Amino acid sequence: MSDPAQTDDVVTRPPRKAWLSPLNKRRWRNFKRNRRAVWSLWIFTVLFVVSLFAEFIANDKPIMVSYRGEIRMPVFSFYSERDFGGDFPTEAAYGDPEVGCLIVTGGLEECFDGPNALITAVEAGETLDIEGFSRGWMLWPVIPYSYDTIVDVPGVAPAPPSETNWLGTDDTKRDVTARIIYGFRLSIIFAILVTVGSSLVGILAGAVQGYFGGWTDLIFQRFIEIWTGMPSLYVIIIVFAILGRSFWLLVFLTILFGWPALVGVVRAEFLRARNFEYVRAARALGVSNRVIMFRHMLPNAMVATVTMLPFLITGAIGGLAALDFLGFGLPSSAPSLGELTLQAKQNLQAPWLGFTAFFTFAIMLSLLVFIFEGVRDAFDPRKTFS
Amino acid sequence: MSRILDVKDLVVRFRQDGAYTDAVRGVTFHVDKGETVALVGESGSGKSVTALSAVRLLGDSAEVSGQVNYDGQEMTTASEADLRRVRGNDISFIFQEPMTSLNPLHTLEKQLAESIELHQGLRGPAVRAKIIELLTQVGIRDPETRLGAYPHQLSGGQRQRVMIAMALANGPELLIADEPTTALDVTIQAQILELLADLKGRMGMSMLFITHDLTIVRRIADRVCVMKDGEIVEQGPTAEIFANPQHPYTQMLLAAESTGLPAPVPEGAEVVATTEDLRIWFPIYRGLLKRTSGYVKAVNAATLSVRAGETVGIVGESGSGKTTLALAIMRLIRSEGPITLHGKRIDDLNQRQLRSVRSAMQIVFQDPFGSLSPRMTVEQIIAEGLGVHGVARGRNAREMVAEIMTEVGLDPTLMDRYPHEFSGGQRQRIAIARALILRPQLIVLDEPTSALDMTVQVQIVDLLRRLQVKYGLAYLFISHDLKVVRALSHKVMVMRNGDVVEAGDAASVFDAPESDYTKALMAAAFVDQSASA
Repeated sequence: MSDPAQTDDVVTRPPRKAWLSPLNKRRWRNFKRNRRAVWSLWIFTVLFVVSLFAEFIANDKPIMVSYRGEIRMPVFSFYSERDFGGDFPTEAAYGDPEVGCLIVTGGLEECFDGPNALITAVEAGETLDIEGFSRGWMLWPVIPYSYDTIVDVPGVAPAPPSETNWLGTDDTKRDVTARIIYGFRLSIIFAILVTVGSSLVGILAGAVQGYFGGWTDLIFQRFIEIWTGMPSLYVIIIVFAILGRSFWLLVFLTILFGWPALVGVVRAEFLRARNFEYVRAARALGVSNRVIMFRHMLPNAMVATVTMLPFLITGAIGGLAALDFLGFGLPSSAPSLGELTLQAKQNLQAPWLGFTAFFTFAIMLSLLVFIFEGVRDAFDPRKTFS
Repeated sequence: MSRILDVKDLVVRFRQDGAYTDAVRGVTFHVDKGETVALVGESGSGKSVTALSAVRLLGDSAEVSGQVNYDGQEMTTASEADLRRVRGNDISFIFQEPMTSLNPLHTLEKQLAESIELHQGLRGPAVRAKIIELLTQVGIRDPETRLGAYPHQLSGGQRQRVMIAMALANGPELLIADEPTTALDVTIQAQILELLADLKGRMGMSMLFITHDLTIVRRIADRVCVMKDGEIVEQGPTAEIFANPQHPYTQMLLAAESTGLPAPVPEGAEVVATTEDLRIWFPIYRGLLKRTSGYVKAVNAATLSVRAGETVGIVGESGSGKTTLALAIMRLIRSEGPITLHGKRIDDLNQRQLRSVRSAMQIVFQDPFGSLSPRMTVEQIIAEGLGVHGVARGRNAREMVAEIMTEVGLDPTLMDRYPHEFSGGQRQRIAIARALILRPQLIVLDEPTSALDMTVQVQIVDLLRRLQVKYGLAYLFISHDLKVVRALSHKVMVMRNGDVVEAGDAASVFDAPESDYTKALMAAAFVDQSASA
């Protein structure tokens, strides 16, 4: 080294790692220019974050309860009716007037005789002149029903929208609004899990095929052809019949049949990148195959992968809905949008079911499509933004 | 004389992310009828952009201002319909890359017929007759039998001839040739230039010739415009410019030529690498059972040995097996016949055993843009080998990278940048640094200077010579550019179609070539010296 003093500060200074590389900064700028995509992203993020807290918005248990001056959180913990001075060791039915009365009065025996009168009195601010009275309160979510709560109102089963049930009830008298909120969350989480899972497997499989080529590629390709020829719907139905329906089993099965979607593009990118000079240079340096694949070649395949992702996500949402619509998806108590669509078909006299299902799907999928359209354009190196 | 193309104050700016980059800033020149004007400059000087903007062939992100007057018609404001009439009809283009300019799925007849039918309205047998006439004109033998051929069945030179035939199909007034010979071998280059000059004379065309190669300019152009950073720094008649360049940049361009000879090999230098009768044959499979029906003989019986501090130059045209040979010696592709490194056989080692040997031999590739991973910083790129072979005791990787960057003439403070922020020459220095950091004894240089501008080429050759003396490196230098080979090599090996045509000391091969092929190569490469001598 000719001048060690000059290079000293370079050497001692820790490597400057930008949070985003210049390329990604440019992509982010390009994405922000697409106003529709940005707004969609915002709306979608808000909706999704809100739906993540569905238990605080639509629940048949109060968020917070003050019983004899003690603060309890029924959202998180189990309390039996006995804990509030009642008779049953089962979970307190907070919606019942008796339980409500027990809580606001501090567990008075009189609640079992005329709860409504007592509640009205307490809510009016009166201090009851009964031994053992202690003022309490309940903080309810905006929608006092969970996705599986049977709504206790008179009338025929799919009840039309009303003050208590904003979007009506379905044919088992469950609040549609609550089911939509939970169903949205379930669909998105399902889609994300399936997409992440099948991307991981698909990228790995495509990378191995493209990088090694030759016989590995040939055999793997034939295997994928056979695999994709398998009627996945039947397999899902059969496996569900044997093992019983569950969310995680469905995630697993969807990934099992969904991963070949990405293999093609990733394999093509790796086949192309295999002969790049910097990959050759890395091989000449003695870098191991694994490192070459993931450090040098994978970044190239990422753009193609990102372009494919929207299809995977919307495909997963649509697939879940289709299974539920056919009645072969999640257990029927689960808050599924597909099941709502099925009910809409069976109850044409209750159009609110159909409209709700339609608008939920339309808004959810449109937002996703708009967002990914923006992402795709932002990744396009040839696209210029003025 | 009447002017056919008149460009005044042409400014071209490219817009990206709201920021503007000036590609051409105020260029004024003209082409007279029947004249050849050369636009000369290094890469990025704006010469191609200038030519393309003449018929508004630039993309949407370009903003053009100024005047471009073709035969009395203003092109910058012309309608799209007018432009279409002029393009391909009055003004024709020949591009650099003959492989990508031809549609690989169309036969020659189809490629040529398209434009003839469109612009001349000929039909049926008349088109075919016209095509045969054109192909004969551009010197393709037996054109009748070649009509059904696809581009991949033609050689590079033939493809460029077809491109020229396409350009000439409609009898253009002005031919714009954008580096038409750069992708071709020297001997073919000479033929194509002759053809162009001949056709120009016969058809009375004007030609705007874009190139970075001054040798070609001297051979073909009447007048020269030297471009630098989007401006014309000097223009005038060719002979005048060459004899008496005024602008310092022109003087530098003319002086930029790799000259001199490498330092002599020290006495008793140890032999670093040898090969003996190295063969690389790729089998051709036929039929259902994949029986081997023959071989593509990429390299046939190559014997060489290189000593510490010595450079063996491997010369040949494209397809001669030079690069294949290099990759085989690096053990990146399979080969037959012994390869030794420091007297130890390495051709029978498996990939795992090879890893420890790899630090002793390194390779530098041709394309400095393709050989650096675009998503890694320079530090990560250079230090990659250290991750495999370990850092020297008591050092840290960053320190070693800084040291090696200084060694190859790069500023170490730039080590956290990405490759796209560097110029071609700097990138090639990065590639050399990556090879050098492992302290190899043998470096294979696969056309390390071909993608670089002349002035940068000279610097890289100097750098390579300096490093060789300092570390006693053995070089295997692969190139089609005989001037660079002469400046760098002690021994030379001439290859053709996989065979070694001639081998020996550089001096004897260059001054007294024995085989006809070597003589032809020399004649094509050193034509201007012999002409001026």
